[in-house]
Amino acid sequence: MEWDWNFVREIMPTLIQGVKITILATILGSILAAIVGLAIALARRSENRIVARSVGWFAEFIRGTPLLVQLYFIFYVLPDIGILLPPLVAGVIGLGLHYGTYTAEVYRAGIDNVPRGQWEAAKACNLNGRHTWTHIILPQAIPPMIPALANYFIAMFKETPLLSAITVLELMNQAKSVANTYYRYIEPMTLVGAFFLVISLCSVVLLRWLEHRYGRIER
Amino acid sequence: MTQWSGYLGLILQGALVTIELTLMGSVLALIMAFLAGMGRVSRFFILRAIATAYIEFFRGTSIFVQLFWAYFVLPFAGLSLTPLQAGVLALGLNVGAYAAEVVRGAILSVGREQYEACTALNLGRWQGMRHVILPQALLVMLPTFGNNAIELLKATSVVSLISLADLTFQAQVVRSQTGSTLMPFASVLVIYFALALIISWGVRTLERRMARGLDGVRV
Repeated sequence: MEWDWNFVREIMPTLIQGVKITILATILGSILAAIVGLAIALARRSENRIVARSVGWFAEFIRGTPLLVQLYFIFYVLPDIGILLPPLVAGVIGLGLHYGTYTAEVYRAGIDNVPRGQWEAAKACNLNGRHTWTHIILPQAIPPMIPALANYFIAMFKETPLLSAITVLELMNQAKSVANTYYRYIEPMTLVGAFFLVISLCSVVLLRWLEHRYGRIER
Repeated sequence: MTQWSGYLGLILQGALVTIELTLMGSVLALIMAFLAGMGRVSRFFILRAIATAYIEFFRGTSIFVQLFWAYFVLPFAGLSLTPLQAGVLALGLNVGAYAAEVVRGAILSVGREQYEACTALNLGRWQGMRHVILPQALLVMLPTFGNNAIELLKATSVVSLISLADLTFQAQVVRSQTGSTLMPFASVLVIYFALALIISWGVRTLERRMARGLDGVRV
């Protein structure tokens, strides 16, 4: 079977629609993962042992099980208990929750890297818990972890094709439907692969830049 | 209640397929990791270039796209694969690319004086690698290999989308036959988590065994 450029031109608009959804899902998922990760990291440091332990186990469980099954769980089980979600929302929640457990480790390492003296200085200045976090600890902890966070967001981007399994019309799903309509698999599948390869090669450059810009901790 | 036992049998059959895939994928990944990882530190430019291209390609495109490509596009090139073959191929090559970087990092982490000692003992490049460098590097790789194996286990769920009857696939079968959602997905999640725990326990045990007698040597 030969590569056909005319066919490529014909299916491009459909694929680009898919690209938009893929990117939207990645951005929303990243925002959610950043928030969920911070929440998990903070909860694991909580003074309440039960909260810290159970959140730790929950995160461990999510990290040890496949994203695809978690997506099915959100998509099929939640409606049975009365929570009806559109596919894209279910997908974003799944991505955000799954990668939130990864970003939580990044936050944990970042927070642990803030020198002890900063905590003591905050106490000496009579700051309360909330102010210590928002004005002293997090502003120093977050910049060095930006490259590691970005790394996980790129990994998430590469997992977005899984959303096609819960009927989100993202790039992979568009490619599959095009392929099934015309019974030509080479062009759509290869284009999807090329698209992911190009984006992730670009993201390597972006990561290098981020590491250069934020990676070093100033002491 | 009796009917659940039948469905549970179905899910256990799926678990066997998942375990089989994980084992075969891991073997392929291990072979590829050593080939590409040692290619990356080769003194021949051509070997380095091939290894880098392989690693960047398989890390850059997502496992999902690779699997679909292997299953749907390769047949047009005259190479028909069964779902199991396509699954093992995609999983092994994908995870192998990630693990290759681990191999490379571990080889580079072995101290310079060890290489100098090899030269002093008049060992050839291959002899030094085999008897001096790799035994030490292996211990550094092991924990990350464990994480890679868990990633591979999680990635096996994707093969359900090319109609291979693994755990995730059987969960979908049970869901469509019984209409029950919580039972299949919850039990499948628990089984995946248990398998992940077994892998991390196995790797820890192996690490302890291999570290025996190296206490004075390890930095």
